[in-house]
Amino acid sequence: MLQIILGAISQGLLWAVMTIGVYITYRILDIADLTVEGSITMGAAIAAYSIYTGVSPYEATLLALLGGMLAGLVTGLLHTQLKIPALLAGILTMIALYSVNLRIMGKANLSLLRMDTVYSLFENMGLSRVNSVIVMGMLCVAAIVCILYWFFGTEIGCAIRATGNNPQMARAQGINTKTMIILGLIISNGLVAVSGALIAQSQSFADVQMGIGSIVIGLASVIIGEVLFGKRNFFNCLVSLVLGAITYRVIIALVLKMGMPANDLKLFTAITVTIALALPVFKDYLRPLKKPIKEDMQGVNSQGSI
Amino acid sequence: MLTVKGVYKRFHEGTVNEKLALSNISFTLEEGDFVTLIGGNGAGKSTLLNCIAGVYEIDQGSIYIDGIDVTKLSEYRRAGLIGRVFQDPMMGTAANMGIEENLALAFRRGKRRTLSWGISNQEREQYKELLKTLDLGLESRLGAKVGLLSGGQRQALTLLMATLKKPKLLLLDEHTAALDPKTAEKVLKLSDQFINKGHLTTLMVTHNMRHAIKYGNRLMMMYDGRVILDIRGEEKQKITVEDLLQRFGQVSGEEFANDRVLLS
Repeated sequence: MLQIILGAISQGLLWAVMTIGVYITYRILDIADLTVEGSITMGAAIAAYSIYTGVSPYEATLLALLGGMLAGLVTGLLHTQLKIPALLAGILTMIALYSVNLRIMGKANLSLLRMDTVYSLFENMGLSRVNSVIVMGMLCVAAIVCILYWFFGTEIGCAIRATGNNPQMARAQGINTKTMIILGLIISNGLVAVSGALIAQSQSFADVQMGIGSIVIGLASVIIGEVLFGKRNFFNCLVSLVLGAITYRVIIALVLKMGMPANDLKLFTAITVTIALALPVFKDYLRPLKKPIKEDMQGVNSQGSI
Repeated sequence: MLTVKGVYKRFHEGTVNEKLALSNISFTLEEGDFVTLIGGNGAGKSTLLNCIAGVYEIDQGSIYIDGIDVTKLSEYRRAGLIGRVFQDPMMGTAANMGIEENLALAFRRGKRRTLSWGISNQEREQYKELLKTLDLGLESRLGAKVGLLSGGQRQALTLLMATLKKPKLLLLDEHTAALDPKTAEKVLKLSDQFINKGHLTTLMVTHNMRHAIKYGNRLMMMYDGRVILDIRGEEKQKITVEDLLQRFGQVSGEEFANDRVLLS
């Protein structure tokens, strides 16, 4: 049982990187970006093929990052320059990436058994694969959380947040909203591809199908994280995302352990996300009568006379 | 400070809904001019402001701000020259960001954004002082999300943001129309203070004739995409609502009996 939980935590940490990427588009930019389905596989494919041809696993992961950023750039250009709706732009890139990923790997899947990975460092120190993944995953996640916390506090980071929040206002304040959307998509897909690269190395293979449904997993993790662990401020949000991704993996592991067929997993995930997204609607049904407004509450707006 | 030359703007060209929203508009604002712009619904007031701000591309003509030809410049590039407050209080601020963050965004208008911190401690002190001048108690709530503020508070904040970095041109697009009368008065007074203190060149659209007469040193009236009246100085000081209605009737050949205009 402990092994199952540890395995889930290790996977959760790697998927957390992807979840943070999804959060950047879904929450900060307010765009549902389907590119991730392709870019997570692309990260896996680039890393796997590079390692297969003898590139060091760290450089391979870096190449995956660049590949993902390129995918984000393509979606960004389709959306902002060619004025294709964001959802459709993401789908176009995703479909195109399917072929690109097959080109990269040369076949539908690539094994990394007995090859050096980013986890080898800790494995050579005597840790098991799962424990090395946990250590490496934690290092990556911590680094990414710190970098993003800094970045979204900078002038450019603030401009991206304003763009997602109120594009009209952003333009009136001299922000080039198109550039900011492209930048956000680049960062997001770069992270997603890194996640793909880390996942492929942890499971020792890359598969052209592995991205299917990943956007839903990302959204599930975002929502679970926000609901269970809060979103008081940006740092709290980032930590919630990581915990959300881990929680999602633990839930899946337990459900599988309880005997649910693995083939039903995507259906289960889709239903979970649907329920989570519909939660506000259910809440309204359950609480039809709001608390009556008390008389003495009316003078509460006391901040000045406006 | 602002020169508009022979500007035309057509909407829905080539369809049954085609409308000539601006028809050969030309005028010049001198530095420090505070112009109130009135006219009925569909006269083209907001269209004119949006064309100056770069929200819409114009079909013909040219626009200069502070001697710079901005006709072909995109909206965000012009933003360095222009401060804007919109009719909808939700439009001028980012609701999910804090008061100080919104001010910091406005403080960097027209400046290249870099990877340095989005807001400095020194700025915070400065913002606190400025918020005090609004007299709304916002100075103690720097970190509060703007979404929590009332419409009037948000408009006052937007006004502060529009003037934080002295703009070459201030565009107020019926910025008090969505507020209750008392709040509208207060925001209007604040606007007047800011404009006088900063000697700001301003174009203010209003539906309220009384306001149009009371504020500013110059009054323009639009009808059917054209400027039909442009008075200033003493002539403007002396004009009354009745005069305006009469002048409107003469020029347009119609009764200017819009409820919203008369209701004040």
